[in-house]
Amino acid sequence: MGARGERGRAPVNARIGVVTFPGSLDDGDAARAVRLAGGEAVRLWHADAALRGVDAVVLPGGFSYGDYLRCGAIARFAPVMEKLADAARGGLPVLGICNGFQILCEAHLLPGALTRNQHLHFRNRDQWLRIESTGTAWTNSFTEGQEVLIPVKNGEGRYVAAAHTLDALEGEGRVVARYVRGNPNGSQRDIAAIANEAGNVVGIMPHPEHAVEMLTGPSLDGLAFFTAILKHLAGATG
Amino acid sequence: MMTDPDVRVESDNDLDGPDTVERARRTPDERQPYDELGLRHDEYDRIRQILNRRPTRSELAMYAIMWSEHCSYKSSKVHLRQFSEKAPASERMLAGIGANAGVIKVSDRIAVTFKVESHNHPSFVEPYQGAATGIGGIVRDILAMGARPVAVMDPLRFGAADHADTARVLPGVVAGIGGYGNCLGLPNVGGEVVFDPTYQGNPLVNALCLGVLPVDRLQNKAATGPGNIVVLMGAKTGRDGIGGVSVLASATFDDDSDVCRPSVQVGDPFTEKLLIEACLELYDAKLVVGIQDLGGAGLTCALTETAAAAGTGMRVQLEKVPLREPSMTPHEVLASESQERMLLIVAPDDLDGVLAIAEKWGVLATAIGEVTASESDGRPGRLQISLNDHLVVDVPPASLADDGPVYARPTREPADLILLQADRAETLPRPSDPEALRETLLRMVASPNLCDKTWITEQYDRQVLGNTVLAPPEDAGVIRIDERTGLGVALSVDGNGRYARLDPYNGAKLALAESYRNVAVTGAKPVAVTNCLNFGSPEDPAVMWQFAEAVRGLADGCLELGIPVTGGNVSFYNQTGAAAIHPTPVVGVLGVLDDVATRVPIGFTQPSIGEGDLIFLLGQTNVELSGSEWAWVTHGHLGGIPPQVDLARERALAAALAEAARVGHLSAAHDLSDGGLAQALVESCLRNGVGARIALPENLAPASMPFVYLFSESAGRAIVAVPRGHERAFTGLCAEHGVPWTPIGVTDGQNKALDVRGQFSIGLDELRDAFTGPMPALFGGPDPSPAGDGQTAAGQTGGEETAREAIAVEEVAVVVAEPGTDTDRLDQAVARADGADPRPQVPAAAAAAPTAGDDQPDNDQPDKDQAEVATVAAALARVGSDGADAPEVADAETTLAGHESATDAVPDGVDVVAVEAAEPAVAGTEEADDAEPGDAPAQS
Repeated sequence: MGARGERGRAPVNARIGVVTFPGSLDDGDAARAVRLAGGEAVRLWHADAALRGVDAVVLPGGFSYGDYLRCGAIARFAPVMEKLADAARGGLPVLGICNGFQILCEAHLLPGALTRNQHLHFRNRDQWLRIESTGTAWTNSFTEGQEVLIPVKNGEGRYVAAAHTLDALEGEGRVVARYVRGNPNGSQRDIAAIANEAGNVVGIMPHPEHAVEMLTGPSLDGLAFFTAILKHLAGATG
Repeated sequence: MMTDPDVRVESDNDLDGPDTVERARRTPDERQPYDELGLRHDEYDRIRQILNRRPTRSELAMYAIMWSEHCSYKSSKVHLRQFSEKAPASERMLAGIGANAGVIKVSDRIAVTFKVESHNHPSFVEPYQGAATGIGGIVRDILAMGARPVAVMDPLRFGAADHADTARVLPGVVAGIGGYGNCLGLPNVGGEVVFDPTYQGNPLVNALCLGVLPVDRLQNKAATGPGNIVVLMGAKTGRDGIGGVSVLASATFDDDSDVCRPSVQVGDPFTEKLLIEACLELYDAKLVVGIQDLGGAGLTCALTETAAAAGTGMRVQLEKVPLREPSMTPHEVLASESQERMLLIVAPDDLDGVLAIAEKWGVLATAIGEVTASESDGRPGRLQISLNDHLVVDVPPASLADDGPVYARPTREPADLILLQADRAETLPRPSDPEALRETLLRMVASPNLCDKTWITEQYDRQVLGNTVLAPPEDAGVIRIDERTGLGVALSVDGNGRYARLDPYNGAKLALAESYRNVAVTGAKPVAVTNCLNFGSPEDPAVMWQFAEAVRGLADGCLELGIPVTGGNVSFYNQTGAAAIHPTPVVGVLGVLDDVATRVPIGFTQPSIGEGDLIFLLGQTNVELSGSEWAWVTHGHLGGIPPQVDLARERALAAALAEAARVGHLSAAHDLSDGGLAQALVESCLRNGVGARIALPENLAPASMPFVYLFSESAGRAIVAVPRGHERAFTGLCAEHGVPWTPIGVTDGQNKALDVRGQFSIGLDELRDAFTGPMPALFGGPDPSPAGDGQTAAGQTGGEETAREAIAVEEVAVVVAEPGTDTDRLDQAVARADGADPRPQVPAAAAAAPTAGDDQPDNDQPDKDQAEVATVAAALARVGSDGADAPEVADAETTLAGHESATDAVPDGVDVVAVEAAEPAVAGTEEADDAEPGDAPAQS
């Protein structure tokens, strides 16, 4: 539970953008998580090709554009994504949660794809993950190997990639989290979260923003993702 | 905007153009298919009187739909009036029956709105889309009130779990609810799943939605202000859902080539999500004069209801309606039930603002007409609809919306009811030894109605929006609605068709009582009721009798509980051939929690320090097995009289629970209903993987007494877990409220078992396997997802449970270090009780002793003198043991200091229970009937 005690350490002026696409659903929850971690949530609109000077961006869960055609396939072409892709390649920290992860894959900011759950059902449960990499901007508050409890809820969350890609991800320490005590969707190698080479872009299928209050979630483990980015930004800025 | 449907369209028919008002005047004798459209001859005559001519085809379609049972409530109206007439006064109610949904004020600033509706027939025809559009429809009702929809629930009823068609209907329905609700971003926080052959050809798919609004954002549907613009917003209009009206598409009415139109609508949750956001932005910008959702009867209903509500008229140009298929005829456009549409009334100056917001959200919005003034003589205005300058509709809107036919249909008690009621389940053979009892319990928890429904509920998003405090398998859904203050609401929806079949009046009250109780056990204060009344054909006097009785029962029940019905829905014609479903009133109750942090969950927890919590059974247990899950599962039996319902007691129980939750006396609370005490204990144990040791009053009566305690379905009961140190205050509080309580055991985190002393012990793993196995086995097939890290499939299905257990283990490390202190706690309690009570053979009294015991060796109030300890212990013991008798409890409270009177009461109370239990068990015959009247005085 690395999140505890971290709250409020980050600079109060850390501004974390949360993008709303048509069909985004967990955008308000991501913004709440940012606030609870001590940051300022800045709402970004899909149709505005502007990042409003934010220090990091969360792509929230949901069904952007109805997830028609393919999850994330249309959102990837949203005006805000053009700016975001450039900024991400330039080092801007980006966390894609669920649909956000799907969008990051469609935008080729992360490798692989998220496909229909192997059992073909939407599945919502509290899921144990093992944090495999603490070297990213979003996971530096954890200890390596730490097991955390975070809700998973998706219909198309099964991570797949070519074998050499999977090997590379593992070899380069870019598998950020794995499902433990059961794989909820058939993801290859139990992968729940991955990072890009630089570690600033992370995609995660489970929902850390739904584990930020004991009243509404199974744990406070999700909060650590949001305190991590504030810590990362504090380090980066001085 | 689409191209205008041209005259060519109508030439598909036998006409050169649309059937206009002018043409209707010219051809008064044209044969019209009113009977194919479901209108009776006298109804058709009345339409001709109203219009003073024959209706045009479009008008005929409109009357046929609006005067249908579904829209007009023509058979139910005369009964439903009771909901208003008997409604207790409520200052909270901002909108009630007649509005799209009832609105209840929960604070000075915030109101909530909720309603339940049926989508039964479509869900049988096409399970996925039927269920999906059921969600979509109820969500728009809530949206139309000015509220943001924040949660949904689904009471579902299917045929036998192992019937082949259930395997078609259930997975489709569940996927449809998930597919629509998940995509809409609404947490699904409750509902029911019931299997019974009565629903084989008529599954019941009801949907409830909860919305939240600032008090000053309340919207209404009245199309006020002549000159205001009528705007249709949302999806294009297509041919879906026009069902029966298709008959009009055929020139000759025996030509059925064109009739096979899809009658089930197709949902698009993405469009609905955008519609929600657009509407909320319009409300906040105060750009909406009136608003109405388009559901059943589509434009017809929305146009006539908005105009009728204001007494105004309307001129609508049908060619402006954006169509999916340009070849649609006027009556098809008017009847279409295409989803995701809203009708807005907008001031002319605001039209541009409205269109801009719609465009921002990518939603189509089109001005299709304008509001017109009432007649110069003061009569309401007329609804005039034209197609390319041809007037095809000219009607008084209220004649469709409000002044439809009303029938007082004949009612007759079902002929078989007397025999059915005489065939009592109390006379059925019962398990008579501990081994049989153990087998019965395992069989019960694995039965389709009682088994774990996680396979279904995990297909729904329960967490989106981040305010879900309780969701299944909890008794009620709890949603936080104000993050600043913690203000929230609890919602439950319940019904029991078997009870209602045996006694519709009390069956409806029992459904109300269960829903009320489910809300109360969370600690919430129940404040309002909604209902969905699912019945067979109203043309069958027996069904109509059931309906009348159920409505009367529900209205009386609400009056007794002091909470109003705010709205609801009637679904008739749930029958196949002559066989109607069990009458199934489904009742939703909404409660308010001032601070959701005080909510009480169902699961036993292991305290981090010290011994297990004390488990109390609240309420009175009678020998009530008729209509029970036990009778059904083990004997396939339905007969007798359902459990008695005493709403004054439900009220007292709710008040005690709310107070106890508020001050923190409860670590868990669980309603007792289907499956009785046994089921509640199993669910409370399995929730967090914490065991329990239970001591029933085993020596009170013959061998079947433990069975009765475990499986009777007496109403007005709950179990609670009370942390050590709170028991005295808690029992005092129960006494204050006149709530009978019986200490029945302790929670036990170390021993992973449900242990019923002297009867049986079942390990939680065995219980869990029995409980969680059936649904995946019936509907899921093998879980194909590979187990990560060499995990077994069992590890996956138990993932959540395992997770919670792991937390619990971590937290109870201190206790684990000294297990000896807890192991014999109950024995110690018994031993101590022996000293305090002259009737040590009463185990229930014994279990009460920890209360007294806290004043002894490890007490926190060492100054209590021994006499008082003895007195209190005896009083507690007495109240505990004769929990079967509320008046006695009241006495106990007033005579708490009187040791003698207290102990005197023990045998009386005990004997009553023993006699009641003994007779049916021993005699196994008519004596069971005699036991029942004996209960009545006790319930006063």
